[in-house]
Parts: sequence; C-alpha cells; structure tokens
Amino acid sequence: MSEAHPGLEHHFDSYDQQRESAKLGMWLFLITEVMFFGGMFLLYLIYRWRFPVAFAEGSNHLDVTLGAINTVILIGSSLTVALAVRAAQLGKSKALVVLLILTLLLGGMFLGIKSVEYSHKFHQHLFPNDSFQFEGTSPNNTRLFFAIYFCMTGFHALHMLIGAGIILWLIPHAWRGRFNANNYNYVEGFGLYWHFVDLVWIFLFPLLYLLGRNLGTH
Amino acid sequence: MSFDLNAPAPSAGDRPADWPHNHYLKDKQGLRSWLLTKDHKRIALLYLVSITIFFALGGLMALLIRIELLTPAGDLMEADTYNRVFTAHGVLMVFFFLIPGIPAVLGNFLVPLMIGAKDLAFPKLNLASWYIFNIAGLFGLWALLSGGVDTGWTFYTPFSTTFSNSYVVATVLAAFIAGFSSILTALNFVVTIHRMRAPGLTWFRLPLFIWSHYATSLIILLGTPVIAITVALVAIERIFQMGIFDPSLGGDPVLFQHLFWFYSHPAVYIMVLPAMGIISELIAAFARKRIFGYRFVAVASVSIAVLGFLVWGHHMFVSGQSVYAATIFSVLSMLVAIPSAVKVFNWTATLYDGAIVYEPPMYYALGFLGIFLIGGLTGVMLATLGINVHVHDTYFIVAHFHYVMVGGTIMAYLGGLHYWWPKITGRLYPAFWSRLAAIAVFVGFNLTFFPQFIVGYLGMPRRYWAYPDEFQVLNVLSSAGATVLGIGYVIPLIYFVWSMRYGQRASANPWDAIGLEWETSSPPPTENFLVMPTVSAEPYDFAGRERARALEAAAKEAEVV
Amino acid sequence: MSSPIEQQTGSHTGVHVESPALLLTVFGGLMVLTFLTVWVSGLDLGRMNDVTALGIATLKAGLVIWYFMHVRHSTILTKLAILTATFFVVLLFGITLADYLTRGWLGVLGR
Repeated sequence: MSEAHPGLEHHFDSYDQQRESAKLGMWLFLITEVMFFGGMFLLYLIYRWRFPVAFAEGSNHLDVTLGAINTVILIGSSLTVALAVRAAQLGKSKALVVLLILTLLLGGMFLGIKSVEYSHKFHQHLFPNDSFQFEGTSPNNTRLFFAIYFCMTGFHALHMLIGAGIILWLIPHAWRGRFNANNYNYVEGFGLYWHFVDLVWIFLFPLLYLLGRNLGTH
Repeated sequence: MSFDLNAPAPSAGDRPADWPHNHYLKDKQGLRSWLLTKDHKRIALLYLVSITIFFALGGLMALLIRIELLTPAGDLMEADTYNRVFTAHGVLMVFFFLIPGIPAVLGNFLVPLMIGAKDLAFPKLNLASWYIFNIAGLFGLWALLSGGVDTGWTFYTPFSTTFSNSYVVATVLAAFIAGFSSILTALNFVVTIHRMRAPGLTWFRLPLFIWSHYATSLIILLGTPVIAITVALVAIERIFQMGIFDPSLGGDPVLFQHLFWFYSHPAVYIMVLPAMGIISELIAAFARKRIFGYRFVAVASVSIAVLGFLVWGHHMFVSGQSVYAATIFSVLSMLVAIPSAVKVFNWTATLYDGAIVYEPPMYYALGFLGIFLIGGLTGVMLATLGINVHVHDTYFIVAHFHYVMVGGTIMAYLGGLHYWWPKITGRLYPAFWSRLAAIAVFVGFNLTFFPQFIVGYLGMPRRYWAYPDEFQVLNVLSSAGATVLGIGYVIPLIYFVWSMRYGQRASANPWDAIGLEWETSSPPPTENFLVMPTVSAEPYDFAGRERARALEAAAKEAEVV
Repeated sequence: MSSPIEQQTGSHTGVHVESPALLLTVFGGLMVLTFLTVWVSGLDLGRMNDVTALGIATLKAGLVIWYFMHVRHSTILTKLAILTATFFVVLLFGITLADYLTRGWLGVLGR
C-alpha cells in the first residue's frame, strides 16, 4: 500500500484493475459454490424422481410457516446488504455499520428459527440416523428425504455462519471509515456471497417445504 | 517482444554479465520471510518442497507394491495391508502430487512472469492455499499413520460408507481440504490472466503454457466443488449413517459414482493439460520454431477442458448405468482424442525441419511425445465399450493411466523443472547427469508399465496382492523397471539440490529461448521486472528474431567495411 | 452514463450506485413472489405445481442476481461467469439424467 493511493495493493496499477480483479475473483468463487450445491440438488432430483410419494410425505412434516418467515427474513437481509454496499460506495461509514449490524441480526434470526426447526425434528425422531421413526408408505425412502433436508439446510446454515463471521470482521473496518468509492471491495465481495446464500435458500424453500402441500397428506 | 541482441551466450565465467545484484531469493532472509511471503515465486518454491515430500511418500508406496508383486504369492504383506498401501499410493499421488503439482509449482512461478505481471492477483490467498494444502496433507498422513484406508482412492460406496473399517473420514477430509487449495490457485490464475496481462499481450499472443493453465483452472473451478460435496457426503454418511448412498434405504451407489467421476474424470485433464503446456514451451524453444498451428493448440486446451466434462460415464461401463448412456459416453470419449491429437500432430509438425537442440529438457519433451502417444491411443481403445468391458479393472487400465499420468505428467513436470531451473535458482545443473536421468526415466518407465499392458490383457486384475504363476515374468520385468525409474527420479533430486550451491551461474536466457520470463534476470527480482514489459510480437517468434539478428550482423559488417 | 462518483474518481469501468428506491422495489417484488409461491403450492395443479414453484424461484433468483448483485451494471465477463456456472450445472444434471432416464431402453435386463 502506498501513501498516495490508500488501499491500492502494490501489484495493481489502478483502483479499477484492483476492483475488477476482486469482483471477478468473487464471481469465480461463486461458480464453485454453485457447483457445490449443484451436487446436492442433483441428489435431490434423482431421489425425488424415484420416490415422489415418500418425499412429499417427508416434506409435509416441515413447517411451512417457519420456512416462509425465514424466507422473508433472509430476503430482508439481502436488502440490507445491498444497501450496505451502497453505503460503502458512498463512504457513509455509520450507515454501513448500522446496515451490517442489521444484516447480522436478521441472519441470527434466521439461524435461530432454523435451530428451533431442527430441534423439533430431533424430538420427532426425524433425524435420519438409526433412531429415525416415521409412519408412512416407505419410511426408509422418507429417511432419504430428511438426509437431504439436513445436508442441504445444514450446509446452507454453515455458509450463513461463515457470512456472520465475515460481518463481524467487516464492522470494525467499516467503523474506522476504511471503505469508500475506491476501496469497497471487501464489502462488495461479502455482499455477493450473502446474496448467493440467499439464492440457495430461494430454491431450497419451495423444493423442500412446498413440494407436497397440494397432496394434503398431512 | 523486444530482443536483447547483445545478450551474452550461456555463461562461461563465474558470473554472467546480467547476474542480478538483488533478486527474490536474496531480498529478505530468514525462515519468517519465507513462511509469510506473498511472493508467488517463493510460494512456488514452498510448494515444490511440499510436493516433493508427498511424491517421495507416494513413490515409497509404489515401491512396496512392486516388491510385493515380485512373487506370485502374497508373501510380503497381508491382503488388507496391500489394500491400504495401494490406496495410500493413489491418494498421495493423485490429490497431493499430480493435481497440484505443475500448477502450484511451475504455474505459480511462471504465470505472472509469462504475462508480465508483478504478482498473482491475490497473493494472500496464494500463500493461504499453500497452508491449506499442507493441512490437508497432515490429515492424509494422520490417516496413513493411524492405519490407512482400504477403499482405493475412489472411495466407492457402499464399501467406504458402510463396510470399511479403516480411516475413511480422515482421508476424505484430506481430499476435501486439498480441494480448497486447488480452487484458490485456479481462481488466482484465471483472474490474473484476465486482468493483469502486460500491455500488448493479447489472448493469441499468450504462451501456450498460459492457455493450458487457464483451461486447467476452469476445470478445477467447475469440478472440484462437486468432488468436495461428494466426499463430504461420504464422511457425513459414515458419521451419521444417513443412508444417502445406502442401497438398503433406497440410496444409490451409482449416483455416487456419477458425482465422483464428474470431477475425477476431468481431473485427469487437470493433471495432463499443464503438462501439455510445458511440452509446447519446450518444443518451441528447442526446435527454434513457432509452434505449428499455434491457435489450434491454444484452443485445443480449452476444448479438452470442456469435452472432459462430457465423458465421465466411461468409468462406469460395468457399474449398472444404462447401456444406452454407456454407448453415448463411449462415443463422446473418443471425441477427446481429437483435440489431443491436434496437439500431438502440431508438436510433431513443429519438430519437422526444426533446428532441434538436444538440451536436457528436450529429452523429457521427446520422451513425453512417445509415451503420451501410447497413453492416448490406449485411451481410445478403452473408450470403446466392448474392449473396455473386456479389460475393465485389469492391469491394462493401470498401464494406460500410468502412461498418461507418470509418462505424461511427471515427464513433463521434470522437463519443465529442468527448463526453468536456471530461472528459478539462477544456477545450471550438470548436463551429463541430467541427460542420464532423462534416459533412465524413459527406459525405466517403459519397462515398468509396458509389461502391464500385456499382463492386463492376459487377464491379471488390478488391486490384488497375489497372482497366478504364469504372470510372474512380466511382473518381475515391471518391478525391475520400477527400480530404474526410481533411480531416474533420485538423480535429479540430488543434482538439483547440489546445483543450488555449486551449480554454474546461469544467464538471464540460458536456452536462447523467447518469452517474457527470459527477459528478466535469473533469478528474477522480487517485483519480477525492473522495467514493466510491453509486447508487440507473436509468441515464439524465432523467425522474427533470426531476421533481426541477421540485419544486425549485416549492419555491423557494413560498418566495418 | 457516469455517476458523480465516477467523475470524482476517474473510474472507467464504473462504480454504479443503486438508488434505495429501486432496491426497495425489488425487495417488494421478492416478497410478492414469496407469498405467491406459498399460495400456489396449496392448490392442486398436478405437475404444474413443480413448474410454478421452480419458475417463481428462478424469477426471484433472477431479480436478486440482476439487481442486488449488480449484474446489470457488470462487465460481460461476470455475465459469462454466470452462464458458465448455469451451463455446467445443466451438464451435470443432464448427463446424469441421460443415464437414469434411459435405463432399459435397449432391453438389457436391469440396465
């Protein structure tokens, strides 16, 4: 970093080059994330295609209301992140800090609701290990549904935890006014990541919670 | 590219005229300056050390395998021990040597130098990737030391998830973590190549080494996450018994294989594409010619990367996938031969009528051509559904992929190390010993693996610790060849280490080659170039340089007259 | 089209600042779509339930990508990255399905 160009690393020629590099790097990382979750979506696709009834029965044991509330919360947090990126671009440090804290709170609410859901499933013996119990047409196949449910939402929640960690790291930097129009790459990168986590949930919600509702087997 | 017409000939004296006063090896001293370095050149050297260690360990396992197979009876070790040994060999070599090998060492060192950048785009991530790689390696070693894994490097379910009593979780974690380090390296390369090229360095002026690393990086970015989730699910399945791949609950082991090979087939191209990049550089430099059909060779790298994602089903011809799909996969697999052949033909055409200089790196390049040809053609045989079913899981397969990976990737890796060693260390190595080593590797390699084609075709299955008596002659030949091959690997290790202190000092361009990396000093300064280069010519423009030199000479003569 | 901030910093590739009104509108759209998908899932449309659920999810994803993730102001490279990811996910799904959906086509028992 040089004094004349604060925040510009030595191996870049300009802020533009640095910003575009950071942005491209983040998008490439998101490609890897798409492929990572893509593998699990493939599992979901094949197994659901094989066991449609067992999957619908499993899905009807999920709480649509909590799922919908969580969807609203998460999309809300995406909005606060989008506004946070804006604040960083304009160099409004205080607004940035407030928006980051809001995002953190919304993310925390999401994870809180998620853990309530998880603990219900544990009590109902729906965690897919050997203690799994389910009254349905083919409990073994419904166990597969819950295996996929826990893997996908679990990895999603893990991503949110990592995101929360990044927010905690960003807040002190934002507080000290480090971000401005030249140098907001960290905020933007985090924003892209958080939106991606939101995107995954946008698909998980209908695929896991809503798929058997029309059959009304519950 | 600009040519230094007064560049001194390969150094005769102790210090060449262009020996740098300060360079990246000298810039800062001490262990701390190495372990916290963000310089891509130093990180490449850190990787070189790690990777050499893993290669040696994997080689040790190969040695045990070859000793066991000297005699038909399973006398050296138990069957179960043998399973763990060949799994360790596979896991170490695939995940800790072949996949990271060329990109992390030579790619790391050369990508910024070849495109005229000061460093990779994300130096901190680059250093992080080395630490992550070593953490992954520690997990692997931990699994190995606690007793090893017996699943084979493929971790096929349900054996790996339900039945195996070995350290599967630690091993798949090692593979999972190693994936992050490859992803960080690949991400760095793609961003650097897109955003940080020197002025005038357009896409079709890039060295072919860069093209092949670009294509490799794309494969790593698209494939690695899929293997990551797959092996993570294996670990989760083992820990919680969720039934994801358990047939008794409706889970599907064939689905595991689909996910596994979606990455692991393209992984073959992760290993061999950078090797092809090296070979292109070597052949151009030592035939003193521009690569014939440069654009085709460049585009072939990318098309191999894409086609590589369409063919994974040829690993599953006997796994219960639909015959219809198998037929399609068979045809698609043969398509990969097209861009591969484009490369081989164009290299051969480059050699034709070239002014070939038989320097040590060129020995490896020529060896690669012959060996890769056999490896590639047997690949087409194996893509044929009928032949594949016949020789599936025999030593024919083992021989085929060793021809591609050992004969292809390692030959090229060694060739590349010999070619850029003067740039990396500023020192030359003894020519006699390096030629001898190259010949030992070539002879030893063929002696090891050619008999395996025959023994496999005769029906010897892979992954057994004992075999019928009639296969012994061929197996003894193979073990003898492995000894020669081993010696061929040890000699360079010795003289490379020796040369770092005692080797003759190299000039900036000891091979009289063309490329931005040769325009800076050997070893390069920390910031790579004292004056940032600009590019105004096609790559490998040897003809242009000849013309320029002739003009210069004529002008001098005129002056004298 | 250059914002005041671009002129200030002499930026060429562009720092595009989204207006809060636009972001709020997009958020509103996303809320409506969320409500819609829950409501539709209660009706029995047969196969169309899956199609509408995925259609609405894709639409929502598109809104997030286009507006929240600033893709509408991004370089062609970013758009290419997104297309690449989509293409290879489709490849993963498509080729795997090419196995599962063709089992038994050629009359070989069990395959």
